[in-house]
Amino acid sequence: MAKITFITSDGETKELEGSSGSVMELAVEHNIKGIDGNCGGVCSCATCHVHVRPEDMEKTGPGSEIEMDMLELDDNTDEYSRLSCQLPISDAIDGVVLTVAK
Amino acid sequence: MPDPFENARLKRGIAEVGNQNDPVQLLLRHKDVRKTAHNYKTFKSGAKPGRIVVPSEVNIRETRQIPFELDPPIHGVYRAAVEPWFKRALQSEYAEKLKVLIDALIEESLEKDSLEVIEEFALVLQSRALTLLLNIPYEESETWISWGTHVFRSEETALDGEKAKILYDYIDVQIDKALKNPGEDLYSVLLNTEVEGKKLTREEVKGVMVLTFAGGRDTVINTVTNAVAYLAEHQEALKRFRKEPEIIAKAVEEMIRYFSPLTQMGRVVTEDTQVCEHAIKANTRVSLCWASANRDASVFENPNEIVLDRQINPHVGFGFSHHNCLGAHHARQIMKVLLGTLAEKVAKIEIFDYKENIEDLDEFKRKVGYDYLKVKFHKTID
Repeated sequence: MAKITFITSDGETKELEGSSGSVMELAVEHNIKGIDGNCGGVCSCATCHVHVRPEDMEKTGPGSEIEMDMLELDDNTDEYSRLSCQLPISDAIDGVVLTVAK
Repeated sequence: MPDPFENARLKRGIAEVGNQNDPVQLLLRHKDVRKTAHNYKTFKSGAKPGRIVVPSEVNIRETRQIPFELDPPIHGVYRAAVEPWFKRALQSEYAEKLKVLIDALIEESLEKDSLEVIEEFALVLQSRALTLLLNIPYEESETWISWGTHVFRSEETALDGEKAKILYDYIDVQIDKALKNPGEDLYSVLLNTEVEGKKLTREEVKGVMVLTFAGGRDTVINTVTNAVAYLAEHQEALKRFRKEPEIIAKAVEEMIRYFSPLTQMGRVVTEDTQVCEHAIKANTRVSLCWASANRDASVFENPNEIVLDRQINPHVGFGFSHHNCLGAHHARQIMKVLLGTLAEKVAKIEIFDYKENIEDLDEFKRKVGYDYLKVKFHKTID
């Protein structure tokens, strides 16, 4: 079980709990604004972009090369960017705080 | 479906194709295609209407397709204005209506000893589903079915102005009707849509409608037809969808990658530049070859195979960046419901006869689908 906090672009904070699937799926299931997951989680649409709180980067780790290539062409990408479809939910990411990208 | 671009993609990364005295440099590598699609300043969409389409449509239309033939930042304003309507396809109510429509079509098809997939199935499905996207009565699909498989193209010539005129005249009549009797259909909604404080003009409404009709016709028809052919040749896939319906969404993405329903989309170059070490002159055309990028082995493992549950699939089958497909939600929903319903009702598909539709791009001959595909659907036994 992992507790994940989302901060949306209108400043709303939502705390969710999940035990399987991806962070994107959890967010879509709970209608987190700004996370669409159009491609269903295969890393093709970049509509699930989040910024990981810097101190949580250790928990999530960096993205794969394919994911980073995808993010490279997003104008709002920074060093804490990840595609949430590529973040599997597990105990390892318990407590992370994610800000939904614009 | 073979990949005609492999050799050129590996060796050169770029290839010139002639077209109506306005040749096009095809960009073939995944990375170049994505970067170029993103760089709207050097590679623009807001050129003369029809010029970014390959083959060019400059001689058959003047209406600017919107938001497709605009560039940021104004592109984003128009896109944001129309996008919510196209996102209706994500709602469960929309999916349920599609399911009713696809259930009925498959039931009809199961009764036939021989089914010609393009005319009797894919075109009918595309047309009926379009009534949902436009939110207009189901009966209207009869008119579109009667037009045949292509709006812009016909059997005789690649670009047929007469056929395009049918669509333009039709849309004009529909806009007039919506002006007189506004309803809850897309025409009426667009006529009431404001962009930067001003209502869309009639020409702009027409531009959105032409895009909606033209962009989602051949593409959807070819995807549906290719999917049926694939399922006929891979009977185990239907069984797998029955057992593991959770992979269907991934299978849809994979089919979009593998079939690449739109081979390419052009851009007009605004300044002398370079792509993968090739000089490109201002005011010439390049094209983003989605079909080639989607088979790039540096990105996709086993690119020439359909891997139904492919986990990482950064395909560009719906385009990429600012101009990614506006109708993608609708298309994905059609394909998800279609694959699920075929798995539910059809045990196997038998092919009797077919003729491949090969697109001719000078040195490249690309199979895009079929001219005809005759099959029989066999029922599942409960």
